[in-house]
Amino acid sequence: MNLQAAHRRKQSIFRRVVLGLIGVFFALPLIGMVEFTTRAPGGGRSLHTWATLFNVRVIDADYPELKTGLLSSAGLVVLTVAIMLVMLVPTMTWVRLRLPGLRRTVEFVCLLPLTIPAIVLVVGLAPVYAWVSYFLGESSLWLAFAYVVLVLPYAYRALDAGLTSIDVKTLAEAARSLGAGWPTVMWRIILPNVRTAVLSAAFLSVALVLGEFTIASLFSRDNLQVAINQLGKRDASLAIAAALAAMVLAFTVLFAMSFVGTGRRSHRPEEN
Amino acid sequence: MGALIGVLPFFAYTTIFLVTPTLIVVVGAFLDGSSRPTLGNLSALAQPQITSAFIHSIVLSAVTAVVGAVLGAVLAYAVSTAREGGTLRRLVTSLCGVLAQFGGVTLAFAFVATVGFQGFVTLWLQNFGIDLAGSTWLFDPYKGLMLVYTYFQIPLMLIVFLPAVEGLRPQWREAAETLGGSTWDYWQHVAGPILAPSFIGAMLLLFTNAFSAYATAAALISQGSPIIPLQIGGTLSSEVLLGQENIGKAMALGMVVVVAVVMTSYVLLDRRTSRWLGR
Repeated sequence: MNLQAAHRRKQSIFRRVVLGLIGVFFALPLIGMVEFTTRAPGGGRSLHTWATLFNVRVIDADYPELKTGLLSSAGLVVLTVAIMLVMLVPTMTWVRLRLPGLRRTVEFVCLLPLTIPAIVLVVGLAPVYAWVSYFLGESSLWLAFAYVVLVLPYAYRALDAGLTSIDVKTLAEAARSLGAGWPTVMWRIILPNVRTAVLSAAFLSVALVLGEFTIASLFSRDNLQVAINQLGKRDASLAIAAALAAMVLAFTVLFAMSFVGTGRRSHRPEEN
Repeated sequence: MGALIGVLPFFAYTTIFLVTPTLIVVVGAFLDGSSRPTLGNLSALAQPQITSAFIHSIVLSAVTAVVGAVLGAVLAYAVSTAREGGTLRRLVTSLCGVLAQFGGVTLAFAFVATVGFQGFVTLWLQNFGIDLAGSTWLFDPYKGLMLVYTYFQIPLMLIVFLPAVEGLRPQWREAAETLGGSTWDYWQHVAGPILAPSFIGAMLLLFTNAFSAYATAAALISQGSPIIPLQIGGTLSSEVLLGQENIGKAMALGMVVVVAVVMTSYVLLDRRTSRWLGR
């Protein structure tokens, strides 16, 4: 018993030292951002930058690029998540039900983007986007098509974990024998049962889309990160404040997600 | 056959937005400006600024992968000793999730605000006669980028490696102690060998992560293109010499080859780990 207690004490000291040291390294740049954005022109502290950032009228009038970028990223988040879910959930369910032989292929395709750096994808997507612009116009929203590819591996893993934890086949057969059509099976049987997986796939996509810079910047489209980068050349203080705010938002989303996941798991009955 | 219609949208979509771009890069690397086959793009990779960009990228990725993996693993172990499901663990994993994914512009700005010309650490160190502002070290592919990249490598390591550390059972340690082994014996003969494949696998993943990163360097470096993603970006946004229209595709193919080699080793290692851990 004594030995264990000594162990635990040693571990706890070790934990504090490591978290402390690495914590300082991680805190410094974040403190740097807060410090930089609260500098007053003549020295001293002021919340002027933050007041500007959250003043919708000033942003609208003086920093239109930030507004465009924010709106465009918001649209991209919605469109990316929508395409990803509408495409992946039915496909993955269908493959489990009717085409188990294709499961490896679908998995391979979904994980493929991990081996293709975004910058390489941009090179290959340039001609494809020439066609997208030709048919659909130049709107930044169409970047969502590329973003879906970027989120495929993460979304696939999350959804795959969800679908594995339920008995898709039995559920679908039960519903079908009671006279449900495939849309009903999808919408009222499968979807509610993989709610957590869908949420976590969606949240991961939100975080990724909010932070995306490479593709938007090289295709000269607008999104939040491109706007922040442009703003950095004009008003460094406001740009850093906007960047920090976007990161805090993404952190809030992920932190909230960590509660959603465990909440479900704790009252899931033991099936297998 | 009717069942295949159900997967048609998925394969149509990925063909257009994933397979086609990949083929455009792979095929385009072997075509000249008027779509005739050539090896000229590949031989153009021997230009000094491109080879040095490749070397910079590989060294930068390798060093930050090793440093990130070691520090991230220590952090992961420290976190794993905390209570499971506790706030500390939740907080650290969420924070790492953001910091690992949210590099790019934010990270570049954060470092400029901290150790840039007007950064608070720079100003503070000046009180002690240490001058960080005198040189452009932050924009150097080795010194500056290595520091900045480490900042997103450590959190990624934690996320990837934490499950492996959590797989260590306390009983193994107790067993080692019952047999008279010291802490060092436990790490050398039990935990070390068990964690080694996951550790190396995670390190390879970190390498590709740094190798592929574009946004951070693009936001930080405004002059020159010292690393390969910036070189490729340059071919997209500026005029390219006649006869070298597809050199960007050749560089992209070079990146894919490097990543493919690394990822293949990762998959092989991962398979082996899964077998050992009986996952």
